[in-house]
Amino acid sequence: MTATPADADATRDLLAGLDPADGHLAALHARFAASALDAGAVDVAYRTLDSPVGRLLVCATDVGVLRVAFELEGHDAVLDRLAATVSPRVVEAPSRLDDAARELDEYFRGERRSFDLPLDRRLSKGFQLTVLEHLPDIGYGSTASYAAVALASGSPRAVRAVGTACATNPLPVVVPCHRVVRSDGTAGNYRGGMAAKQTLIDLEAHA
Amino acid sequence: MEPFERVVARHGRTVWRVCRAVLDEHDADDAWSETFVAALVAYPSLPPTTNLEAWLVTVAHRKAIDVLRARERHPRPVETVPEPPPAPPHDEAFARTDELDAALRGLPPGQRRAVVYHHLVGLSHREVAEVTGISADAARRASADGIAALRRLLRDPDAAPPAGASPAAGRGRVATRTSTPTPTPEPKGVR
Repeated sequence: MTATPADADATRDLLAGLDPADGHLAALHARFAASALDAGAVDVAYRTLDSPVGRLLVCATDVGVLRVAFELEGHDAVLDRLAATVSPRVVEAPSRLDDAARELDEYFRGERRSFDLPLDRRLSKGFQLTVLEHLPDIGYGSTASYAAVALASGSPRAVRAVGTACATNPLPVVVPCHRVVRSDGTAGNYRGGMAAKQTLIDLEAHA
Repeated sequence: MEPFERVVARHGRTVWRVCRAVLDEHDADDAWSETFVAALVAYPSLPPTTNLEAWLVTVAHRKAIDVLRARERHPRPVETVPEPPPAPPHDEAFARTDELDAALRGLPPGQRRAVVYHHLVGLSHREVAEVTGISADAARRASADGIAALRRLLRDPDAAPPAGASPAAGRGRVATRTSTPTPTPEPKGVR
């Protein structure tokens, strides 16, 4: 008894009704994500949300928000790196990020000036961590130069290192590296692109 | 290792087929979710050479059997309430799904699993044998017998289309069988 490709197709047609509808798969996934969070099996939960600087990927561990990523960075590539460096237990489980999504929405509407979210800082170390921890000192709507941040971080000569620390900030928007600008007043490099940086500076200036 | 989310996206349908081969739709929901939670827990410790699909099929099969056994011990109360007969379906896709579901449920469980795991999940007869704990020859026979029985049970699905049924446009999964009565006999000779 040999099965021809036509036989296989006919069998597939015969059994096609056993596939789930797309909407059903989404409902199944939502239920799985909730159970997985309850079971403590999700190491990195993520969701995406729309913003004036494009679609943002927001990731959190059970410690706090771990990563905010712009579309420019490639969301899949970001998730790949988190799977490799933090844990492969990466699941789209939006409910862990309800607070983060709400605060980000408020910020983008100009109704929030600072974030009140637990952060997981494990992706930053050493001098970068020192620099990033100083950034919230720059008030909403104002900017500081890389040199001023270097001074505040206790290493006045480390201006370039401050630039690197800001350019690789794993928590952009939430940790306001967009408020660090060049001494000539231009925006300077940004993970989400220079236009996104300018958008955030303008948003804070007009809110 | 890639993010687990991508594993769910790639194999969600396969796991669903395995669960449905053993369980009704409601219980299959439970088994699907439990399969992926269990897989998520074990995922980081899998050897890199693991065939993810075959592994997930095994996990899903076991979870489905677990749910089935639990259900046999504690039947859902709602199942004891007699339900009115369903209205004649107006959507051929749903009608076909119900028909197929009933036909599959009419097969002995071993044949049903062999058919679904081989033809829908894509496992070889040897892999079906490993998952279900029978010999490869038995898996091959069960699959062939099951398909033959399904064809008998589903023979001539166009014989009595529901009144007012429209062609199932947009529902591609049944596109090979239209509900429009045709004056000429179909070439397949199934009538």
